[in-house]
Amino acid sequence: MILRGKAHKFGNDINTDYIIAGKYKARILDWEELAKHCMEDADPAFSSKMSPGDFIVAGTNFGCGSSRETAPRVIRAAGVSAVLAQGFARIFFRNSINVGLPAVECDTTIIEDGDDLEVDLAAGTVRNLTKGTETKVAPLPGVMMELLNDGGLVEHIKKWGRFNLQGVTSRPTPQGRL
Amino acid sequence: MGKTIAEKILGRHAGCEVTAGEIVVANLDFMMSHDANRPLTIQVFEEMGAKQLCDPKKFALIIDHYPSAPTAVSANINKSLREFARRHGCYFYEVGEGSCHQLVPERGHALPGELVIGTDSHTCTYGAINVFSTGVGSSDMAAALISGQLWFKVPQTIRFVVNGHLRKGVYSKDLILHLIGSITADGATYRAAEYVGEAIADLSVDARFTISNMAIEMGAKAGLMEADDKTLAWVKGRASRPFEPVFSDPDARFERVLEYDASKIGPQIAKPHKVDNVVPIEEVVGTPVQQANLVACTNTRLEDLEIAASILAGKHVHSDVRFYVVPASNRVQAEAFRRGILQTLVDAGAMLGIPGCAGCSGGANFAVPADGENVITTANRNFLGRISNPESFIYLGSPATVAASALEGKIADPRRYV
Repeated sequence: MILRGKAHKFGNDINTDYIIAGKYKARILDWEELAKHCMEDADPAFSSKMSPGDFIVAGTNFGCGSSRETAPRVIRAAGVSAVLAQGFARIFFRNSINVGLPAVECDTTIIEDGDDLEVDLAAGTVRNLTKGTETKVAPLPGVMMELLNDGGLVEHIKKWGRFNLQGVTSRPTPQGRL
Repeated sequence: MGKTIAEKILGRHAGCEVTAGEIVVANLDFMMSHDANRPLTIQVFEEMGAKQLCDPKKFALIIDHYPSAPTAVSANINKSLREFARRHGCYFYEVGEGSCHQLVPERGHALPGELVIGTDSHTCTYGAINVFSTGVGSSDMAAALISGQLWFKVPQTIRFVVNGHLRKGVYSKDLILHLIGSITADGATYRAAEYVGEAIADLSVDARFTISNMAIEMGAKAGLMEADDKTLAWVKGRASRPFEPVFSDPDARFERVLEYDASKIGPQIAKPHKVDNVVPIEEVVGTPVQQANLVACTNTRLEDLEIAASILAGKHVHSDVRFYVVPASNRVQAEAFRRGILQTLVDAGAMLGIPGCAGCSGGANFAVPADGENVITTANRNFLGRISNPESFIYLGSPATVAASALEGKIADPRRYV
């Protein structure tokens, strides 16, 4: 699948409080409402600048901080098709794949705010149409590709009743299943 | 070939010998979730079509992030957790019992050598008692509740060897801030951290929890320590099942081994707005503060409250400072009352919050600072907007630093008071 959209550029260490501030969790439960507050403390104008299919492009340590799964879910609800970053914090990285939001690790220093991008997840490339450059994507660990291909973790569990991952070196008997 | 604590614990739970870099599915000993996740773990559990927990006695639901139920929305969330716990028979910790990272070890749910997950990034806290414990999101937790398993990439380990001894007025919080400042916020990403050495052995278990609690702030997956006599004494009486501590082999392979001399470290402060923005306190002494928070799972155990009380005994906080104290659990609170510690703090001007996350995470709607205000806090994060006001500034320090600063109305070096 090929994703196309504009880049919205951020810096390093974009934490989960920037992605969605904790104060909303006690007040708002509707994802569309929450999406309006996506990235608010990092860029108050983000949700008004966004078009469906666009990308968040960031530096290192994207998604650091809390384990809140709200973060990738809000990013998806805001219409972002993938997050490209120099590096991801680990809990965010897992959560992102689990909710079906591609987290793409690549060199983002060559992408500027507003650049037109084309991301080919299967081929593992990011084409910067504005700058005329192409960069390779760090491949996802096998198990994460399996989860993304199943459409996220909820779909995977509904399909198999438990974890059914091939790219692992041990599969002890589960303690329970669907 | 020698193995690290991380390799051994994951291997034990995967049923085979493992090496860093491998991806394994492993059986879990305990799982925890609380009221702050959106979606709630229990919602994803139901979305997956699950009807029962793999083992209700391996799961605790805890209300700690919104103990004061500031809105009908949060009160209804709490109600849904109560009802789920009742239906499924899992452990349930009600409003006011404490923060998840105090309750899980305090009530014996995580024991040395075990593998534990929680839907909170500071789940790494129990590493202090030799538990491989790590934070996950709601979906991972829901899948784990059904199967009792989770997949893990076995992490490389960075070993922090802390030699020497912390000097008077310098505490475990200063040490971990220093380590985070030196390795940076993503210096240990995807790694397990091991904290060993004389200075670590010196620390009480309460003080060790502070260090492991903040392992995530250097990006680490786990913040592990060895189990020694202090660990075993602390765990005794709480454990209701056998356990087996795990040590790294003498020939274990570490990705990096970093050595530090604790005696060279003074009180530290993490300045706004990043946890690795750490400086020696001398650089910020004199900064006016309007709020002093002795809050969060990092530093509100009995020893922390005692240290603050010893500085504030017989004195009163500065008239320009609002001083909040939130004990880690109702048991810590009760013991602190019995020993006169809370009396001392209240006499000094402390305002008490419901045991839990009040004053740390913005969603708790407690002690929100005003525009332009500086907060000195014992919490573990100072991100912009963390306590619900992006126009305020958060400085992280030890309980002694927070107490001394509350006294003076500005960031103050606690060594003057000990």
